[in-house]
Amino acid sequence: MRNTTELSSHRLLKSNKNRKDSELKGNIIVKSSAIIIITLTIALTVFLSIKGLQSFIKNGINPWDFITGTNWNPTSETPSFGSFNFIFGSFAVTMLSALIAAPLGIGGAIFMTQIAPKWGNKLLRPVIELLVGIPSVVYGFIGLSVLVPFIRNHVGGLGFSLLSGTIVLAIMILPTVTSISTDALNALPKNLREGAYALGATRWQTIKKVLIPAALPSLLTAIVLGMARAFGEALAVQMVIGNVSDFPNSITDTAATLTTIITLNIGHTTYGSIENNTLWSLGLILLVMSFIFILIIRFLSSRRKI
Amino acid sequence: MKKIKKLSLAILVSIFALVLAACGSGAEDTNNNSSSSNGNEGNQGEEKTEELSGSIVISGSSAMQPLVAAAAEQFMAENPKVDIQVNAGGSGTGLSQVAEGSVDIGNSDVFAEEKEGIPADKLVDFKVAVVGMTAAVNPNVGIKDISKADLIKVFTGEIKNWKELGGADQEIVLVNRPDSSGTRATFVKYGLDGAETAEGITEDSSNTVKKIISETEGAIGYLAFSYFTDDAVTPLSIDGVEATDENVQTGKFPIWAYQHSYTNGEPEGLVKTFLDYLFSDDVQKTILPDQGYLPVTDMKVERDATGALSDIK
Repeated sequence: MRNTTELSSHRLLKSNKNRKDSELKGNIIVKSSAIIIITLTIALTVFLSIKGLQSFIKNGINPWDFITGTNWNPTSETPSFGSFNFIFGSFAVTMLSALIAAPLGIGGAIFMTQIAPKWGNKLLRPVIELLVGIPSVVYGFIGLSVLVPFIRNHVGGLGFSLLSGTIVLAIMILPTVTSISTDALNALPKNLREGAYALGATRWQTIKKVLIPAALPSLLTAIVLGMARAFGEALAVQMVIGNVSDFPNSITDTAATLTTIITLNIGHTTYGSIENNTLWSLGLILLVMSFIFILIIRFLSSRRKI
Repeated sequence: MKKIKKLSLAILVSIFALVLAACGSGAEDTNNNSSSSNGNEGNQGEEKTEELSGSIVISGSSAMQPLVAAAAEQFMAENPKVDIQVNAGGSGTGLSQVAEGSVDIGNSDVFAEEKEGIPADKLVDFKVAVVGMTAAVNPNVGIKDISKADLIKVFTGEIKNWKELGGADQEIVLVNRPDSSGTRATFVKYGLDGAETAEGITEDSSNTVKKIISETEGAIGYLAFSYFTDDAVTPLSIDGVEATDENVQTGKFPIWAYQHSYTNGEPEGLVKTFLDYLFSDDVQKTILPDQGYLPVTDMKVERDATGALSDIK
C-alpha cells in the first residue's frame, strides 16, 4: 500500500513537471517544423532563381527572346534558345487535359455525393484512390504501349502526339479533381439541398441551380490543382508526346513540354554550361507558373461563399 | 511587440534560406575532402594488408552504368571489403561531378574536351570500351544499305519518303536523341559529318528508341550494336560497309565512340586498382562482350578528341 501511494504521488509530481516540459517541447517541435518548411520553400525559390537567371545574366540571353523565340537549337554552331514551343506545349496539354478531367471528375463527385452516396463511396472512392497510387512511369508505359499505337492506327499521325499526352494527363489528374470536388460537395450544408427540394425543385434542378453554383469556387480550385499537377508532370508525358521542339500543327502532331525537355537533357549537360543554365531557366518558368496557379487557387478560395 | 516578433521570425527564416541556398557550393568542398580521404584510406589499406578496402563512388553515363556496375560487382566479390557505388546520371553529370571532386570516377560517352565548362586538362581519360552504332530502320522500310550522302539527306529532312531510296512508299519518321546526348553527338559527328538533323521524335532511352522504330512505319533512328539482337529493327550498312565489330576494330566502319572513365588527376590507391581491373581480361574479354561493347584492347585504330583517326602502332 505504502508503495503505491508513494508511486502515485511521485507520478503526480512528475506529471506536473512533464506537463511544463512537454508544453515547451511541443512548442519547439511545432515551431521548428514550421520554420523548416518555410525555409525550404524560400531556399528552393532562391536557389532556382539564382540558377535560372544565370543564362540571362552570365550567358547574355535576351529573356524576351528566350520566352517568345520558337527555335530551340542549343548544340548548333549558332545556338538559339527559344522556348515558346515548350511553354505552349505545357499549356496545351494542361488545358486540354483539364477540359477532359473536369467534367468527368465533377460528374463523378456529384454521383458520389448526391446520386448514390452509399455505393458511390464504397466503390468509386477506392477506385479513385487507387488511381492516385499508380506511379507516373506506369501511366507513361501504358500510354506508350497501348495509347500510342491505338491513336496511330485509329486517329492518325505517329501516335506520339499532344492528344496522347493530353489523355494520359487527364487520367492522371482525374483523382485530384474528383476527390477535391467530392469534399467540396460534401461540405455544403444539408439545408441547401433540403430547401431546394422544399421549393419543389427536382434532383437535377437542385444540383444544377443550387449545389454547383454554391460549390463553384471549390470546384474551380479542384480543377486548378489538377492543372498544376498536369503542368509539372514530366515522365509520363515524355514517353508519349514525342518531344519534338517544332510547333505542333494539330492535336495529333508531336510536341514537347517544359518538363520533358528538362528531364531529357539535364543529365547530359555539364554544370555551368549554357545548355545547363537554359534548362534551369525552363525550371524557373515552371516555378513561376506554379506560383501563378497557387495565386489563382487562393483567389478562388477567398471567393468561397459557404 | 507582435510585429517585432513577426519581423524577427521573417528575418530568421530568410537567413536560414540564404544559408541553405549557399550550401549548394559549400557542399561541394566538403564532398571533395571526404572523397580524397576515401582515396587515402584505400591507399593505406593496400599498404598495410593484402586485402583491399575502402569505397569508390562512380557516376555518369547511364549507357555505361550496367557495364561498370557489372565490373564493380565482380570486383567486390573478389574484394569483400571494397564498396563501389555506380550511379547513372548522364555524361554531363558524371564529368561535372568528377571535375568538382564529388565522385572518384566520372563516366562519359564523349570526350571531356567536347563538353563545355569542363577542365579537360585536369581530368585523366581512361578509354574503357568501344561502342559501335549505326542507323536502324523499321523492317518494313525494305532497305539494308544506305550511302552516307543519302543518310545525311534522310536525317536533314531533304529526303522525305523511302521510295526515293528504292524502299517502300512510306514517309520517313526520324527518331532522335536529346540535343545534349552523347549518342546523338557521336552519330551526328561520324555518321552525318556534323550535319544538323531535322526535328523528330526525341527519346533518351535506347530501349524506347528501339520500341518506337520497331512499331512505327517508316521510322529511322540510331542504336548501339548491342540492340540488334532480334529482327525488331534492321541495322543499316553504310556505303556497303556492314555494321560489325570487326569493321569497327579495323576502322572501316566510322560510327563508334569510346566509353570513357575520367578521374580528377592521376588515380591512386583503390581507384587505380579498380581502373586497372577494368582493363584486365576478366572485364575486357567477358563482361564487355556480354554487354555488347567492343574491348578497347582489340582496337587496331584509335581516335583523339578532335575525331582524327590513326592506326595503333
